Amino acid sequence: MEKRVRVLVAKPGLDGHDRGAKVVARALRDAGFEVIYTGLRQTPEQIAEAALQEDVNVIALSLLSGAHNHLFPRIVELIRAKGMTDVLMIGGGVIPDADIPALKAAGISEVFTPGTTTTTIIDYIKANVK
Amino acid sequence: MDNESLKLKVAEYTAKVEKASAKFPERKNLEYNRLYTPLDLEGQDYERDLGLPGSYPFTRGVQPTMYRGRFWTMRMYAGFSTAEESNKRYRYLLESGSTGLSCAFDLPTQIGYDSDDVISEGEVGKVGVAIDSLADMEILFDQIDLGKVSTSMTINAPASVLLAMYIAVAEKNGIGPEKLNGTIQNDILKEYAARGTYIFPPKPSMRLITNIFEYCSKNVPNWNTISISGYHIREAGSTAAQEIAFTIADGIAYCEAAIKAGLDVDAFAGRLSFFWNAHNNVLEEVAKFRASRRVWAKVMKERFGAKNPKSWMLRVHTQTAGSMLTAQQPENNVVRVALQTAAAVMGGTQSLHTNSKDEALALPTEASVRVALRTQQIVAYESGLADVVDPLAGSYYVEAMTNQIEAEAWKYIKKIDDIGGAVVAIEQGYIQKEIQESAYKWQKEVENDQRVIVGVNKFQIEEKPIEGLLRVDASVGELQKKKLADLRAKRDNKAVTAALVKLEAACADDNVNLMPIILEAVKTYATLGEICGVMRKVFGEYQAHATL
Repeated sequence: MEKRVRVLVAKPGLDGHDRGAKVVARALRDAGFEVIYTGLRQTPEQIAEAALQEDVNVIALSLLSGAHNHLFPRIVELIRAKGMTDVLMIGGGVIPDADIPALKAAGISEVFTPGTTTTTIIDYIKANVK
Repeated sequence: MDNESLKLKVAEYTAKVEKASAKFPERKNLEYNRLYTPLDLEGQDYERDLGLPGSYPFTRGVQPTMYRGRFWTMRMYAGFSTAEESNKRYRYLLESGSTGLSCAFDLPTQIGYDSDDVISEGEVGKVGVAIDSLADMEILFDQIDLGKVSTSMTINAPASVLLAMYIAVAEKNGIGPEKLNGTIQNDILKEYAARGTYIFPPKPSMRLITNIFEYCSKNVPNWNTISISGYHIREAGSTAAQEIAFTIADGIAYCEAAIKAGLDVDAFAGRLSFFWNAHNNVLEEVAKFRASRRVWAKVMKERFGAKNPKSWMLRVHTQTAGSMLTAQQPENNVVRVALQTAAAVMGGTQSLHTNSKDEALALPTEASVRVALRTQQIVAYESGLADVVDPLAGSYYVEAMTNQIEAEAWKYIKKIDDIGGAVVAIEQGYIQKEIQESAYKWQKEVENDQRVIVGVNKFQIEEKPIEGLLRVDASVGELQKKKLADLRAKRDNKAVTAALVKLEAACADDNVNLMPIILEAVKTYATLGEICGVMRKVFGEYQAHATL
């Protein structure tokens, strides 16, 4: 039997908006993924550690506080430092278009902004997970 | 027409239109009937269920005159970057006709960390203004007359500290606490359930809240000591009925805690205020506002035996629904906000914040904030909606909906009572679970095209990225760090330490009211992070268990 794709849905930083993260987490679970949700207020170090412990294939970061330019690249850095080079990293939230190229350059494969359907995210993961 | 013949007529009508409407499947999932008639209001008693505005059960509004006396307070939520920048925005808003201030604090401030704490990195000044000490607060309100303006502060876990700073700034300007008007949100239960900026566990948090109730009843009598908030519960995905039910259940928990601490219900209940969301479904929202006043009046009079009519009144601030703004075709948000404003006004709100069209993308620019404020002014001065008190009373639909939302709210309140009250219901994750179910259902409906969001799942166009969004300068963090280093070097550090030692001892003694001690500490320029650090040490921190 094919191993199920494991996804870590994480809330980095101090942001408390978790409606989106929870809806996405649940949609991913309904789509057959193994989903681990970190809960609020995770430091980049905690997220990287959880990703390693849970041996995930995908990390989905949700942030609506505007701290993405600082936190997302930091998490990628820590993940790479732990040798998890195959992990697919995606992000979502209130993220201005202008910030997206730099986030992608830093190693976030795709950024999903408000209005994205859960189906779009599911299809993206299926197409890109290693 | 008597009831029997009306029933026959309605049945006949229904059979006919059911057949015709089979052709319109996408309008099938609506939760309300197609048509409302006097049959839907059978048993309604005008005096008992509605009464006059300003009279129990306040269904028609809390003041007799409503907007014929004066309009609601037009209060725009604002704050970003440094105290200097936010002070400029506040003064701009007051010059533009805002009639009250509403402060947004950044996340480190809301969670009790200084700007130079490692955990604050990347967050300083982002979603609100960074306040580290009394020095920042002095700048924030520079040249603003605190004796005249009313100020609402969206601050919860460290509400006592920010209120103390506000009192201290006013005092420095020769304004006594008895002259201050405003509100602190101070609603920790919805932080656990929906908003996320908690610090301490429920028990010490409830103590801080009752300490504030008691302190203000004696020293800051015109202050709204809490804004019991459904807004964020709705934003997290709840229905209209859940919004008011969970919030009123929280309100019941606060009253019980205060009474248990020995306060008389009428000593604090008149200063409790509420915070509702103005969502998209205009008439459902109007019904929600009306139902909420009736439920709260009954709770206060019948359950808590409050005697003072002021204790029975649900006074409410409203904000239009941020989560209903779309990043697609953002100009359309102006229309959404206008409709939500109409709902809040017909619902009888006491104050209102209107969102700006660009807020699904970033913090609003000055120009888009102006349109949002103008929306309120147009509704107030031009639309006629504010000319008559509770204009929708007597509408078969709105009255039936008011009854329906009330009934649903009582069902939830009963359920929460059975669980053991709001605190236990939150600790068990019941309230979070209910909200998540509703949020997921909404998303499914949007994705299945059962719910149309214009520009999102229908009527889309190719769009270019929006330009001219507000950007918070990344150097804010460095600037605040430097201000803090200067402050720590300049202030009387012995006085700071003494104040913090005293605070620590007081935290450990449940019988002490912490407000005067926190006030002393802020006056020594102890920082927010230092004060909350002491409280963290004694009280511990809340550990949420994430539920899916």
